[in-house]
Amino acid sequence: MQTRRTFVTTGLVALGAALLTGASGLMVPARAAGVAPTPTMRGGANNYRPGAPLVDRIGNGGFWMTGTVRRAGDGAPLPGQRIQIWAHTTEGHERDPHSHGATLTAANGEFRLEMPQIVPAFGQAHGHLAYDSADFETVFLRPVMRNSKDTTLRADFVLQPA
Amino acid sequence: MQQRFLIWLALVTAIGGPLVVAATSPLLAWRQPIYIVAGLAGVLALGALLIQPMLLTGALPGVVPFRARQVHRWIGWGLIACVALHIAGLWITSPPDVVDALLYTSATPFSARGVTAMWALLAAALLTLWRHRLGPRVFRPAHSVAVVLVVITSILHAVRVDGTMGTASKWMLCALVLCATASALVQRKPWRMLKRR
Repeated sequence: MQTRRTFVTTGLVALGAALLTGASGLMVPARAAGVAPTPTMRGGANNYRPGAPLVDRIGNGGFWMTGTVRRAGDGAPLPGQRIQIWAHTTEGHERDPHSHGATLTAANGEFRLEMPQIVPAFGQAHGHLAYDSADFETVFLRPVMRNSKDTTLRADFVLQPA
Repeated sequence: MQQRFLIWLALVTAIGGPLVVAATSPLLAWRQPIYIVAGLAGVLALGALLIQPMLLTGALPGVVPFRARQVHRWIGWGLIACVALHIAGLWITSPPDVVDALLYTSATPFSARGVTAMWALLAAALLTLWRHRLGPRVFRPAHSVAVVLVVITSILHAVRVDGTMGTASKWMLCALVLCATASALVQRKPWRMLKRR
């Protein structure tokens, strides 16, 4: 029989359970299928330049774009993957060829490329990254910076075999 | 005489100040002219939101009520033109970003606010076209609701944009727009039209 006390108690227990499972991330459905692939962002491909050269640094540097590239499913790091990076910076517009550069991931799947300071454009400072090679599905990312004064920005790729 | 001059000076400063700040921003470096024009059109549209309620409450010295309503109509259409230029310019600059915004799928929340403001502005304008058919008992409250939505979403849009407008000048203009709109509503009381005679 449902009394007011049992009603309140079951309600509190249900609320507590919901908070616990929500907080511990147990309700993420992707976990069943392993590491989910990163969806491509439509705005990410804007001003992309296929075949931008591998560079040690874009322009005069001062800002770091970092991230990782992993394989969907098992989450294994992917070395030697080419990532193109570009943004609107203190040294040029997104569409300018000299604003673009590519780098390769290290053995642990990490990449790191120095570039000029990103400045706000289109309402919020943001960068662009692309994975566009043969082995995996193409992914374009457009991460936004929390603060335009930040001197680093991070973006992680989880790629789906093509 | 001096007071009239001060009111006009304050209005010109409130709108002209942010425009000058935006037009001289270091962020304009490397931007194409169409993108710069699109940004300034947005600033001008925000400025128009300040003039509109002031015209209706007779807050602008030297503008007689008949003339004021006429100017309110012209500035209303000018506001639509500014917003059209703002969106068209952004579209030319970066089509995918604008498509995402218009479809409410953008990663940046301020763009959704801006799109809501655009729809509310269109609603406010369409209502003026049907003004005579609707009659003041429907038109005034409906136009007021649309306008309040325009003002709130426009301000939320503007303050979240990290752009060419200076922070101080932007917050100042937004605060003035909010005050002028609230003042006009309190003075004109459009909800009175809803009461039965």
